[in-house]
Amino acid sequence: MNTIRKENDNQKEVLLSVEHLRVNFKTDKAILNAVEDVSFKVYRGETLGIVGESGCGKSITCMSIMKLIQGNNVIYEDGKICFEDVNTLSLSDKALQEIRGKEIAYIFQEPMTALNPLYTIGNQMSEALRLHVKISKKEALKQCAHYLEKVKIPNPNEVLMRYPFSLSGGMRQRVMIAMALITNSKLIIADEPTTALDVTIQAQILDLMKELQGEFGCSYIFITHDLGVISEVSDRVAVMYGGRIVECADTDTMFEKAKHPYTIGLIASRPHGEMVEDRLPVIPGNVPSLNNKPQGCPFHPRCEAVMDQCRKSFPEAITYAPGHTVACWQYIKE
Amino acid sequence: MKGVEKTVLKYIFKRLLFIVPTLLGGILIVFSIMNLTPGDPGRQILGMNAKQEQVDQLNHELGYDKPFFTRFGEYCIDLSHGDLGTSYRTRRPFTEELVSRIPNTLKIGLSAFVLSSIIGISLGILAAVRQYSLVDTFSSVTAILFASIPGFFLGMILIYVFGLKLGWLPTFGASSFKHFVMPVATLTVATSVSLLRLTRSTMLDAIRQDYIRTATAKGCSKNRIYWKHALKNAILPVITVMGMSAGTVMGGTVIIESVFAIPGMGTYMLTAIRAKDIPVVMSSTVLLSLAFCLIMILVDILCAIIDPRIRERSIG
Repeated sequence: MNTIRKENDNQKEVLLSVEHLRVNFKTDKAILNAVEDVSFKVYRGETLGIVGESGCGKSITCMSIMKLIQGNNVIYEDGKICFEDVNTLSLSDKALQEIRGKEIAYIFQEPMTALNPLYTIGNQMSEALRLHVKISKKEALKQCAHYLEKVKIPNPNEVLMRYPFSLSGGMRQRVMIAMALITNSKLIIADEPTTALDVTIQAQILDLMKELQGEFGCSYIFITHDLGVISEVSDRVAVMYGGRIVECADTDTMFEKAKHPYTIGLIASRPHGEMVEDRLPVIPGNVPSLNNKPQGCPFHPRCEAVMDQCRKSFPEAITYAPGHTVACWQYIKE
Repeated sequence: MKGVEKTVLKYIFKRLLFIVPTLLGGILIVFSIMNLTPGDPGRQILGMNAKQEQVDQLNHELGYDKPFFTRFGEYCIDLSHGDLGTSYRTRRPFTEELVSRIPNTLKIGLSAFVLSSIIGISLGILAAVRQYSLVDTFSSVTAILFASIPGFFLGMILIYVFGLKLGWLPTFGASSFKHFVMPVATLTVATSVSLLRLTRSTMLDAIRQDYIRTATAKGCSKNRIYWKHALKNAILPVITVMGMSAGTVMGGTVIIESVFAIPGMGTYMLTAIRAKDIPVVMSSTVLLSLAFCLIMILVDILCAIIDPRIRERSIG
């Protein structure tokens, strides 16, 4: 299994590698495991999609990369997040400031609240640029207008003078995207970037992001629960459930030969052309909450193929085919 | 830009114009209360043992025997000419007393206001930025302690400790800087405590907002996040409360002045209320409410400068 991974690594250069990441939240009553033993790699110039239901730990995993989780009740256990061979988890605030926004940019999913209401769009966008690049304010604003134009915002120069409250949700989301793209970061983490946009704009934004990838060779991590978006943009997909990655494969394999029962359920539950029944198939049950996680594989209460082993422990991920890992007891042979 | 300035001026002018009905309403209420409560100035001035004829005679001289609305009308007309009336009790014009007394009140009020704003806001920011630290715990505990002690009681404790036991500070009068230390301290403590608690909570709230996370993700330093992104948002409610606390300080000086026997507007007003010295009570009320109205306009303008949403709503 190791040899296969190495072959892959040789072909493409690893930009980010997350190894055995565990993120816990300490509360008064207990320690909650939001992310458990998550490992994945992002190669240069590729797009990794992370799919999963709300609360499965997608955003927590990605925010950990830049140590963006606020509050002092976060505990990172022995895991490692290596960005260009630097473990960001062990970096000081000062060193992180150099990486945040410049090497890694983040597009947040809350367009209504992610912009400071008291500063103009121009002020906030040029700040992102001027924190890392030494240019004049005027020059920075010019650049901002250019990027606003790229995300299809009409009258960019006028929008720069405006405040967030006077823009619609979709406009704000596009401002957020432009703000993240403006520094030409090596890695851009997009957390549900197009959820707030209507379909035509969504397609345009996805095209733009792809275009920039071709131009600058940046990598994306795309967090979404929209499988349609995933199939369109990502090269590889990681599926998360209950704070763990249950399956990881390249996009085509994932959609055609998914192995994990959860992934199969996810793919089956999206609308498609040849629908016979009126109702969409669903995965019964709900995502377990953090303080009430089942033992063993977190998916076992909802799984149709559940075995005794599933209730006892979480299976180690095995390589089912080259580049296709799955963590399910069904595929582990004694 | 010229058009914008014009609308701003128009807005300020409109707000100033609204002071007039506000003041008239206040005057009517206080005037009615003063007249509806039992007793009359003649009796108050001459005492319980005076003959009724003498009392009636004095009331007639003061003009108190005229009907309510006549007196109210006369007062308003005088006021519109800038005449603040003459005291029933001392027969001296109000302005004369005002000139000699207001400096003491302003000294106490302004220094308490400035000091409490500085202390309250800066400690509040510090407590929020270092949440759960020693500074935070200490300031929160002292804040609760002082918030639950009434001003006059704190004043009395101070008088006992620093005036009587230690003998460091004079306990009454207003002739030197030393005389003002305890009154200002008493008033500052009460006001700064409420500002501290408010600033801490608004700052904590601001720090948890999504835009702070965005700023962090952009690579802003901690200081930049606190001072540029969080503080500007956190200070808005604080400014509004500072305007209110200016009112509290004005009310507080009345009590503090009588605790420390300072010849200021507060003591003047208190004696006037007890003596049914209607012109003095009325004119003091007018001045106080005028000051309060102006402060509120200032607060609104400051908020509009800081927050574009308020600017849009009020000026348009």
